[in-house]
Amino acid sequence: MLAVVTIAIVRQRSLFSVVILAGIYSFLMASVLIVLDAVDVAMTEASVGAGVSTVLLLAALHLIRTTEMRSVRTHVLPLFAALGTGAVLVWGTLVLPPFGTPDAVIHKHVAPRYLGETVKETGVPNAVTSVLADYRGFDTLGETTVIFTAGIGVMLLLRGARRRGRSDRETGQ
Amino acid sequence: MSLDLILRIGTKLILPFILLFALYVQFHGDYGPGGGFQAGVITAGMVILLAITFGLEAAQRIAPQAVVERMVPIGVLIYAGTGIAGLALGKNYLDYSAFPPDPVHGHELGIFLVEAGVLITVSGTMTALFYAFVERGR
Repeated sequence: MLAVVTIAIVRQRSLFSVVILAGIYSFLMASVLIVLDAVDVAMTEASVGAGVSTVLLLAALHLIRTTEMRSVRTHVLPLFAALGTGAVLVWGTLVLPPFGTPDAVIHKHVAPRYLGETVKETGVPNAVTSVLADYRGFDTLGETTVIFTAGIGVMLLLRGARRRGRSDRETGQ
Repeated sequence: MSLDLILRIGTKLILPFILLFALYVQFHGDYGPGGGFQAGVITAGMVILLAITFGLEAAQRIAPQAVVERMVPIGVLIYAGTGIAGLALGKNYLDYSAFPPDPVHGHELGIFLVEAGVLITVSGTMTALFYAFVERGR
């Protein structure tokens, strides 16, 4: 289903349908993450990917034209680049340990300490929260700063252009 | 406006529950799935739903634009300030062991403060972005 939605997104010329299909894609992705037992990430994907970004994209569509321009050139090189990268990634997964192996490298490093000691050290039973906000607090600080920067940037772009347009009109009169 | 009666009544009914769910996700994030990011987005979603159904003015009565835009840096400052507080109490940056009353509860307090900062920044940013887009479209 993910593949079908992806192909539909690529083939679709109407940006409105693309936004809706991207929302559907996010919900499918959230279901995949639930199957993988990553409930926190699934929740984020459903609320951010399918909820708010759909609304923001629709708001952006309100400002621009809603059909994609037909491109003048054919995209052979990007197609090969995408296929090549995909092939390399698939080739890389071949040497990974099988899914769910308990003695894979990633489960031997810091994960046992996080899972075993989280209640003792932080009093927070949800290991995802304690890792995000405590053991990996710097990363989350960075993420929050990214959101802050992105938000300020978009606001400045939208506001700044409006102010310039207004002053142009005033000088024109 | 009178045509979408069902939409308006439905929105009115569901809004408090969305906010309640956001608060649940925020404060129950220690025990179940959830945390500042998700709760912030759900809160912003509530304001956006209000703005879509009842118009921008109704939403800005509840969440004034100036407040929302100040929330964006305030959240980051709360997060960074929590780190500074750790420094001031003699530990490393973002080390919550120094917080009262004891290291374990100090960690809980630190996580709570940090998540509150994330909630404020995320909900503020999302709502402010929506306001910016809507104002631009006028």
